[in-house]
Amino acid sequence: MSMRLEKRATGSAAALLLAPIGAVLFTLLVSSVLVWWAGAAVTQTYGLLLKGGFGSVFALSETLTRAIPLILTGLAVTVAFKARLFNIGAEGQLYVGALAAVAVGGMHGGSGFDLPPMMLFALMLLASSLAGALLLLGPALLRARMGVDEVVTTLLLNFIVLLFVSMMLDGPMKDPTAMGWPQSVALLGDLELSKLVSQTRLHSGLIGACVLALLVWAMLKYTVFGFDIRAVGANARAAAFAGVPVTRTVVLTAMLSGALAGLAGAVEVAGRTSYVTLDMSPGYGYTGIVIAMLAALHPLGVVAASVFVAGMLVGADSMSRAVGVPTFIADVIVAASLIAVLVATLLTQYRVRWK
Amino acid sequence: MTDPVLQLTHITKRFGPLVANDDISLQLHAGEVLALLGENGAGKSTLVSILFGHYLADAGRITVFGRPLEPGDPKAALAAGIGMVHQHFTLADNLTVLENIMMGSESLWQVFTNRRAAQMRLRDVAQRFGLQVDANALIGSLSVGERQRVEILKALYRGARILILDEPTAVLTPGESEALFDVLAQMVAQGLSIIFISHKLAEVLRVSHRVAVLRGGKLVAQAAAASTTQEQLAQWMVGHTVDPPRARPARNVGEPVCTLDAVSAGQGRERLEQASLELRAGEIVAIAGVSGNGQTTLAELLCGTRKASSGALRLLGEPMPDRPAQLVAMGVARIPEDRHAVGVVGDLPVWENAVSERLHSSVFSRGPWIRRRKAREHAQRVITTFDVRGGGAAVAARALSGGNMQKLILGRALLHPDSDDTNRMPPRLIIAHQPSWGLDIGAVGYVQDQLIAARDAGAAVLLISDDLDEVLAMGDRIAVMHAGHLSEALPAGQWSRETIGLAMAGAPNEAAA
Repeated sequence: MSMRLEKRATGSAAALLLAPIGAVLFTLLVSSVLVWWAGAAVTQTYGLLLKGGFGSVFALSETLTRAIPLILTGLAVTVAFKARLFNIGAEGQLYVGALAAVAVGGMHGGSGFDLPPMMLFALMLLASSLAGALLLLGPALLRARMGVDEVVTTLLLNFIVLLFVSMMLDGPMKDPTAMGWPQSVALLGDLELSKLVSQTRLHSGLIGACVLALLVWAMLKYTVFGFDIRAVGANARAAAFAGVPVTRTVVLTAMLSGALAGLAGAVEVAGRTSYVTLDMSPGYGYTGIVIAMLAALHPLGVVAASVFVAGMLVGADSMSRAVGVPTFIADVIVAASLIAVLVATLLTQYRVRWK
Repeated sequence: MTDPVLQLTHITKRFGPLVANDDISLQLHAGEVLALLGENGAGKSTLVSILFGHYLADAGRITVFGRPLEPGDPKAALAAGIGMVHQHFTLADNLTVLENIMMGSESLWQVFTNRRAAQMRLRDVAQRFGLQVDANALIGSLSVGERQRVEILKALYRGARILILDEPTAVLTPGESEALFDVLAQMVAQGLSIIFISHKLAEVLRVSHRVAVLRGGKLVAQAAAASTTQEQLAQWMVGHTVDPPRARPARNVGEPVCTLDAVSAGQGRERLEQASLELRAGEIVAIAGVSGNGQTTLAELLCGTRKASSGALRLLGEPMPDRPAQLVAMGVARIPEDRHAVGVVGDLPVWENAVSERLHSSVFSRGPWIRRRKAREHAQRVITTFDVRGGGAAVAARALSGGNMQKLILGRALLHPDSDDTNRMPPRLIIAHQPSWGLDIGAVGYVQDQLIAARDAGAAVLLISDDLDEVLAMGDRIAVMHAGHLSEALPAGQWSRETIGLAMAGAPNEAAA
């Protein structure tokens, strides 16, 4: 028995419709085996999961709060992957962005350079995006000039950055009032993002992230630079032949991608944590990759995928307290849905032949 | 006549609504060369893929030496004695001839390879069929003709009694082709059978005993090679009578548009050494030569995707810019060799591909924004004017057939966005690298007519082609490339098929004397 993939002559409409439905069913089926194994009732568990993620104002606010950094890292990965630049370093870029935000908006004895808050806020965002962009600039140049694999360089930079953050939190940026906890000085109160809904943690970073998603979408679709990114990603040789400046496009795309991930760091600090800690991101940078793939590299799809993933993560917390299924079920669901979506996409283009 | 060694019975294969093979029945006898003739898309490749187990037929069956062939299993085809020599070789450059031939014919679980026995057997096979190759030479050091011999040896080494050759002369010089035909004659004399796939009519008649013609997935005719003619075959192949290409010489040759003065570039097999050339308005200069002798480097230089290491290129009297966008702005139309890999970005829609060369100029952009309406209007004009069929402006370019993709590239290069009915604004210089490669006869004629029309409107045309017939039919002046050296471009009348063939193989050109 062996199987083989044959390219479909034409995409079938039924397959396009059935693919996402099949993906969801597959995900639920796989996960329910684990739920059942953990000794809980499957439907009750799914009900609680859904309720915990989306079932109340509080649940929804928590989910959306969690979605904000995911949208930004998801966009960072989307832009880079569109140009076939495999940026695995959004996690590190997020952290340097967060450090830069505190360096501008929290240090200097809280003086804020004596700038008006609006100016200081803009300066803080600029610093964060620049920090993220510069962190990806090195790998992008190495790739463009010498063909160094950016997957390796960006991945390894994540660990270097985490150690650097650790050094800063125990050194120049250490909060002297934190009683020895490794955390940075806090951001000035003026710089914190306003709350969208009172008595929740949901902040106005959500609006910013959604606006950025729209901007990235419009940029890719309507601008020459967006065309350059898509052309370089789809076929760099043909793009070069048509006159697209390939190296410049790769480098600029890297700067944009790094800047978006750096902004995620700034928005987390300004919207949620107020200071930098070593555990402020539970892998938002890596989850951004999953989200970009789930969204099939569509900037608006990134918003939807972020809300879905955030909802699963948040819902799993409360479900776990109620029925005792470990919260890891959320990771399984997200991972299974990614595989299911990728396979479903494949099946809309190919058919499987058994023989 | 003896029983057939290979029998295809009522083979049918559909891809969606397309019937690639429609009820085809064919026989092959021992000691026979059967030519399989047909245009691209006629179903030759599909039929061979079914025979070789890469596709499953929807209907029909195959028997080899009287025994049914397990469908859909390449190993079964190999075991039954069917060997295939692909157009693109499947050899590892960094291994020797012997290693390449042994590879895949020994079990993976075997600890030691038996080189000595393999070498003996290879020598036997080589001697029997007159295929002399140094067994210990690295593939990377061999010429294309020698590599093809290794491919044939590989099939024979595995005990093939039926050999399928897919367009085997496409990569050979005329001299190498003759040598191949001798080898084939020797093989059939010893009882082997050969299926020879081609669309070159002259060589089909030269080499085969019988010709089977496919058109639109159907077997439209079979004939003994001795009892048919090129005209008859061409008519079967395209379904109507075909005018032979007429020489349409240039009338008004003008000033030099582009000159190369002792230009060197590239390295390795594709290096270009001290090339000098003058391209004049209203004239087609055709460059003959076997692919891989530096033509790609020459084309890339003139298309702005490669820089010269020494020498001077001039365009309209100025030093030639080396960026594609500048060249396009100065009126250079570029048709690359590889449509799929270089000509279009397959994932992007037709309309973006139709304007991609000028997207960075103010014609189709304003500030950072693409002028989408203008771009789509122009794309629609390209589609209409050049008759690009296959779904319109919004479909992905990869969905187009080869001919329609080439029309899209032609349209992008030749149709100036500011042109109108009164002022066609033809390009100043056209660089066409293998523009008709892999196209069916109708599309070939279309491409050639477009180039001739552009020439008559005053463009300087450089046509690089490894198809000698095309070079002879199109070139007002002809030059030959061999091993990176470009001969002087002489008027077409001073060349003959024989002198060009000799120059392609590296012999000094006596016609020039």
